[in-house]
Amino acid sequence: MRFIIGLLLSLVVAAFVGLGATLLALTNGIAFGAFTIGSWTAWLKNGTAEIDPYARAAIARSGELPTGLGDGVAFFAHADDNGKPLDGRCDVIVSGSTPQARYWTITLYDTQGQLIGNPINRQGFTSQEIIRKLNGDFEIEVSPRARAGNWLPTGGIARYVLLLRLYDTPIGVTTRAGREVNMPSIVTSACP
Amino acid sequence: MMRLILWVIGGVLLGGVIHLVTVLLLPRTATQDAYSRLAAITPVNAVVPIPSPTAEKSVMPFMDPAFAAAVCRYDLSKGPLKLAAPVSPAYTSVSFYTRNGVAYYAINDRAAGRRVIELDLMTAAQRAQLPEDEEITAADRLIVESPTDVGLIVIRALAPEIGMMPAARAALANARCQPQ
Repeated sequence: MRFIIGLLLSLVVAAFVGLGATLLALTNGIAFGAFTIGSWTAWLKNGTAEIDPYARAAIARSGELPTGLGDGVAFFAHADDNGKPLDGRCDVIVSGSTPQARYWTITLYDTQGQLIGNPINRQGFTSQEIIRKLNGDFEIEVSPRARAGNWLPTGGIARYVLLLRLYDTPIGVTTRAGREVNMPSIVTSACP
Repeated sequence: MMRLILWVIGGVLLGGVIHLVTVLLLPRTATQDAYSRLAAITPVNAVVPIPSPTAEKSVMPFMDPAFAAAVCRYDLSKGPLKLAAPVSPAYTSVSFYTRNGVAYYAINDRAAGRRVIELDLMTAAQRAQLPEDEEITAADRLIVESPTDVGLIVIRALAPEIGMMPAARAALANARCQPQ
């Protein structure tokens, strides 16, 4: 009798620990091999056959197809340079320059990876269509309210994600974050 | 009391095993992965356009709205496949995914170095059956080895400005994937 109670207890603990850890790992996104520059993080191996089992499980669950490394590199930003989560009710300025790439795109998604509806139907910019300063740098105003220049509307959602994708870029698994790799800064300028 | 603690420790250890096994098995049981989503709207061994993502509807999460995309859902069980994708004016890439969405190979127009990206897709077993002399004479033929019988080829063409989307779509409309 004591044996059976012990076994049952053991199995219940095992189920909680095992399934709980899996659920936690997938919803919080445990990922190895993060390549971080400023507020931006890429998982370069996720675009190759060497993707780790946690990332495999995560993409199978979300249904996305990661950017192949021979195609480009995708950098995710969930927070600004001070670590404050990106909030669609605030004015956020993304400015500076990107690492070398033939083309790049910057796109705004909700946390599930869906685009946000807005009256001007703009979900992002490409390197070709963005308005630049004389020195080649750019400044994007991510804001719920209309702005002059490069306005990226948030639709006022509470949390969003910015994705900077570099296409045909020399950045690869051997690249190290350093002075020669610039990423745009992300600054929250005003919150209601 | 001591025995109870041992049972709990045993449970935690077993839980660790369950965690690892579920993480490893999850890709095989996922019903909403990219392949399943595309299987519903695409035929086998043919290139078909994927609708551009909008705020209302997106076939997969995190699709880049600046790109026109087409997919060839392939099945190599009956033989190798030939892929030909004309290059669009701006930037074109071809990415290969396994049944579970692992990006095992990707190439862009510059790396391919031609006006048409041409590739032969086959399994390792099919490649081993290639006559040796054929492999030498066709040295410039690009051969991609698929780790699985089925998978996805995604061809994507960039529209650097919104007005260039029709040209990007037109380039993809001429892409072909067919059994040899």
